[in-house]
Amino acid sequence: MNWPFAQRDNGAPEGTNGRIIEMRGIQKVYDTGKIQVEALRGIDLTVERGEFVAVVGPSGSGKSTLLNLLGCLDTPTEGKYLLAGEPVAGMDRDGLAEVRNRRVGFVFQNFNLLPQLSALENVEMPMLFGGVPSRQRRERARKLLEQVGLGDRVEHKPTELSGGQMQRVAVARALAMEPDLILADEPTGNLDTASGSDVLSLLTELWRGGATLVVVTHDTALAERAPRIVEMRDGRIVDR
Amino acid sequence: MWSRRHPVVTWQLFLRASALQKKRAVLTIASIAWGTVAILMLLGFGQGLRDQLMRGRRGMGENIAVIWPGETSKVWQGLPMGRSIRLRIEDVDYLRSRLPDVQIVGEITTWSATLRPGTGRTITGRVTGTNWQYGVVRNHYPKPGGRFLDPLDEQHKRRVAFLGDALAKEIFGAVDPVGKALNINGSPYTVIGVMQHKLQMGAYGGPDEDHVVVPITTLAPQLGRQYLNNLVIKVARPELMADALARLRKALAATYRFDPSDEQALGVWNTVESSKTMENITLGIELFLGIVGALTLLIGGVGVANIMYAVVKEKTREIGVQMALGARGRWVTGTIVLQGLVYTLAGGLVGGGIAMVLVALLDLVPVEGNQALELLGKPTLSVPIAVATAAILGLVGILAGYFPARRAAAIDPAQTLRYE
Ligand SMILES: Nc1ncnc2c1ncn2[C@@H]1O[C@H](COP(=O)(O)OP(=O)(O)O)[C@@H](O)[C@H]1O
Ligand SMILES: [Mg+2]
Repeated sequence: MNWPFAQRDNGAPEGTNGRIIEMRGIQKVYDTGKIQVEALRGIDLTVERGEFVAVVGPSGSGKSTLLNLLGCLDTPTEGKYLLAGEPVAGMDRDGLAEVRNRRVGFVFQNFNLLPQLSALENVEMPMLFGGVPSRQRRERARKLLEQVGLGDRVEHKPTELSGGQMQRVAVARALAMEPDLILADEPTGNLDTASGSDVLSLLTELWRGGATLVVVTHDTALAERAPRIVEMRDGRIVDR
Repeated sequence: MWSRRHPVVTWQLFLRASALQKKRAVLTIASIAWGTVAILMLLGFGQGLRDQLMRGRRGMGENIAVIWPGETSKVWQGLPMGRSIRLRIEDVDYLRSRLPDVQIVGEITTWSATLRPGTGRTITGRVTGTNWQYGVVRNHYPKPGGRFLDPLDEQHKRRVAFLGDALAKEIFGAVDPVGKALNINGSPYTVIGVMQHKLQMGAYGGPDEDHVVVPITTLAPQLGRQYLNNLVIKVARPELMADALARLRKALAATYRFDPSDEQALGVWNTVESSKTMENITLGIELFLGIVGALTLLIGGVGVANIMYAVVKEKTREIGVQMALGARGRWVTGTIVLQGLVYTLAGGLVGGGIAMVLVALLDLVPVEGNQALELLGKPTLSVPIAVATAAILGLVGILAGYFPARRAAAIDPAQTLRYE
């Protein structure tokens, strides 16, 4: 299949030495008013272009927090983060929006599709924000949906799709802007085994096609497919 | 390129959002429309009522006073009190020469004249003999096809009659009385005009729609009268009335030898004074309508704000998703503002349209003859009020949606998406 990554020059952006992710001393403290939760206590993480990293660890260890920071959905309390060589810390809100739009494709455990929009419109959404002209937008969204095996479901609303199909729409949406990095937070967590392994195969296929992938999972089957496993415990990365 | 993207994205998001929340959109538009209709009709009826009150007040004549003879209550130049004052027909000319700036007419009235038409009903009615200027002084305007008394009628003592509209209907029914013969106490008259219907709130002797007006020079000899029942004077502006009355009193006091300070010698009904009371009533009505209008607006505003707030709350997660996909805060809040603007426009137009239809329907209800309905008048729709009402409601809605939307767009998407 023709995944967008395979078509591109696989060289990393200039001056990054092939690094998509470079985190140094990242800390995240949630201030809930009464208590302060130290979700991340100093993370150093480097991910090269084309890597497939599985993040594992017990519940509450900070996996989601880490992934949100990687995807610029949240901001660290402390530390340095370079995304494709660019420091994220100094960016304003619009700059962060741009990074989320162009560099990152996010797949959520609970899909987070917009319920009243069709599969096609959901996939179009990032391209709308990215300024892709509407004709191209539609064509590209249709093609992506065909590639994830939903060519016959483009006009369906999320409620008319199965969990596995919804997650495949979400994957297509994550690919829409040809991101440098695909992040998935327990993408199979809400799926039955069969459709879970479907999505799993899809992600693996993406990686084979050249994508850089960071996936949070409980699923040992998924983790085993990844060449690199990062284990977290108590807000820290531990050696295995 | 970036700047051109803003309106496009906002517009696209708006289209999607409106499709998503059709029910909310309809509710918001309906609320704004309803508020606009309520305010328009309320203030419209208020304006109509006010207009009618003003017209009714003017119905009898504007800036006029009625003077009738009384009895002296003070001794004056050796004359005893208790003398009856009587005003003569010639006094009108005399007073006109003394008060050239004031319009003066005299009236003689008979309440029980026999009115017998050539064909029609014979009835007993009121006949007033007066000067030709009475038409302007007492607002007797002819319906098309007729006329009021003119100087020649008075000069040549013509037997011509001008009919009140209700009386004309009673005698002649549906037939146009103009040119028809009417016998008054056995003397033949010709009808020259019928009064245009008017709203009249003050009266002496009876409403104008019920009487016959003929030249005083004709009626006085016929009845064998030389004394006036009363005078009516009209000044150019309300503030001139007090002085005019004082001079008139002085002139008549000299002629009839009574104390000018004797209040009882002449009876005076100064309508300028009573119209001040009316002005206060009108002001009260306006104030009341203003308060009711403000409350209506408040309730409408709360309704619209409520819906818009719910619209945004419902969308919080959606906003989070959009932000996660790379939407800018401005696009998200811009969509809400655009939604508010479009709903306001639609609501205002729908409301204005409904109000116009209601007014058109009300126009079909016959009011002539029904005093209460007539006084209520026709609601007068005001475009500025419609625009202002819709704008206020819309602004409230926009603000109610804007702030939660801005908050949702300002926090990190991870926070918004954390909760199911
Ligand atoms: N928004 C938040 N506010 C407060 N505490 C949070 C928030 N998000 C996560 N946490 C806390 O941070 C810790 C790490 O959470 P999370 O990253 O979701 O763990 P995992 O995904 O590994 O289960 C947990 O103790 C969690 O309760
Ligand atoms: Mg988690």
